[in-house]
Amino acid sequence: MSVKSAVTIKGTKEGLIFLLDDECEFAALLDELNAKLDKHEQQLTGPMVHVFVKLGARRLEDEDIEKIRSVIRRQGNFLVQSIESAPEADKQKDAPLGLQTLTGIIRSGQVVRHDGHLLFIGDVNPGGAIYSTGDIFVMGALRGMAHAGCEGNETSIIAASLMTPTQLRIAEVISRPPEEWASAEPWMEYAYLRNGAMEIDKLTHLHHYRKEAMLFKGV
Amino acid sequence: MGEAIVVTSGKGGVGKTTTSANLGTALALLGKKVCMVDTDIGLRNLDVVMGLENRIVYDLIDVAEGRCRLPQALVKDKRFEELYMLPAAQTKDKHDVTPEQVSKIVEELKPDFDYVIIDCPAGIEQGFDNAVAGADQAIIVTTPENAAVRDADRVIGILDKRGLKSPKLIINRIRPSMMRSGDMLEIDDICQVLAIDLIGIIPDDELVIRASNHGEPTVMNPNSRAAIAYRNVARRILGETVPLMQLEEKTGMFGRVKKFLGMG
Repeated sequence: MSVKSAVTIKGTKEGLIFLLDDECEFAALLDELNAKLDKHEQQLTGPMVHVFVKLGARRLEDEDIEKIRSVIRRQGNFLVQSIESAPEADKQKDAPLGLQTLTGIIRSGQVVRHDGHLLFIGDVNPGGAIYSTGDIFVMGALRGMAHAGCEGNETSIIAASLMTPTQLRIAEVISRPPEEWASAEPWMEYAYLRNGAMEIDKLTHLHHYRKEAMLFKGV
Repeated sequence: MGEAIVVTSGKGGVGKTTTSANLGTALALLGKKVCMVDTDIGLRNLDVVMGLENRIVYDLIDVAEGRCRLPQALVKDKRFEELYMLPAAQTKDKHDVTPEQVSKIVEELKPDFDYVIIDCPAGIEQGFDNAVAGADQAIIVTTPENAAVRDADRVIGILDKRGLKSPKLIINRIRPSMMRSGDMLEIDDICQVLAIDLIGIIPDDELVIRASNHGEPTVMNPNSRAAIAYRNVARRILGETVPLMQLEEKTGMFGRVKKFLGMG
């Protein structure tokens, strides 16, 4: 088989599981399903078999679901138990995180938690904290604590106009300036992880680290 | 209708009570009718600094619990006709009064006075809640130390949440020589972190300690640099534009010669 099949059938104790590919066209999927069932017609006669259909990340209208159901029903002994898509959350993990902008001043004792990338315009004072599942950009002075990729994303970065934090965290890595690093000119810098260790660099060098970002190459 | 100003800091020992006493007195000196309210229940100090301890009959708790009327509890200052103080109770604690009760007392005072200065206890617990409850405006006192600035920052955040926007900042106990040598936080650095309006800088002055031990607010002594600084703050509260004090100490003959020789 050279091409990946759009329909995979697995047998379990409860019955058959139809794993349907979630990337191909829906029409192609139906054709493939028809073809597969035609091919196995002889083997698939006999006692009642429960069928569980898994659609992966594909989202279907009721009428399309009904189409799949009717195709499978052609086999007299197949009883469709369920037709399900994978939970939304799995899909969101892969989806690119949006950038949200917040302004203000995070003072001692105040905490900002954010899902996705965060652009914070203002200062983060000592004793204040920002947590974000994605990147953190501080347009202002970062004097407090920032935790980027707080759910484990090690490719997250923390950038600040003035980078004099009390502590920086990316994923599981914690760094304590100035014991671990200190910058003579703490302006326009960003922190990232290299081989599991925190590194600081000038923001103008960010494109060395972020190759996927859009680059301006001149007119 | 007067204005209620709470003097707070978060950290203890930065000079809240001294500032309250001196501001109250300075405002009275400028002809305003002022009432100072000590909300540090259980650890009252304002009366001691003002030298009015022996005149107390009733206190804030007595008013809150209805044992006396508000005017009966007010202690009149011995120097000024229109300066009064509502003392805190020394025997109870902060939980014996609620923010609503304090707020009600302050509201009752405001029509009769130009300014109600509320002296806040240290900390951010019940005592703080009580002090802040009735205030229209806040003055944050800090010293050029990291710990004090941290606490001031926290307090500014809490006040902001309570709707007390744009408090004013007083930086107390400044030692110009230490600031020059970099051993003390710079005024600019503090203002940058706290990001609120500076309303006064008060130099460290031994006369302040001597004055408070004599129950006489420093502001009465025109030879004290701190007194001048407090008078300036009071004028700024009244809306005057007063430039910040020059902190450089007067150089003596010897200093001037050294400077001339390029050694200074």
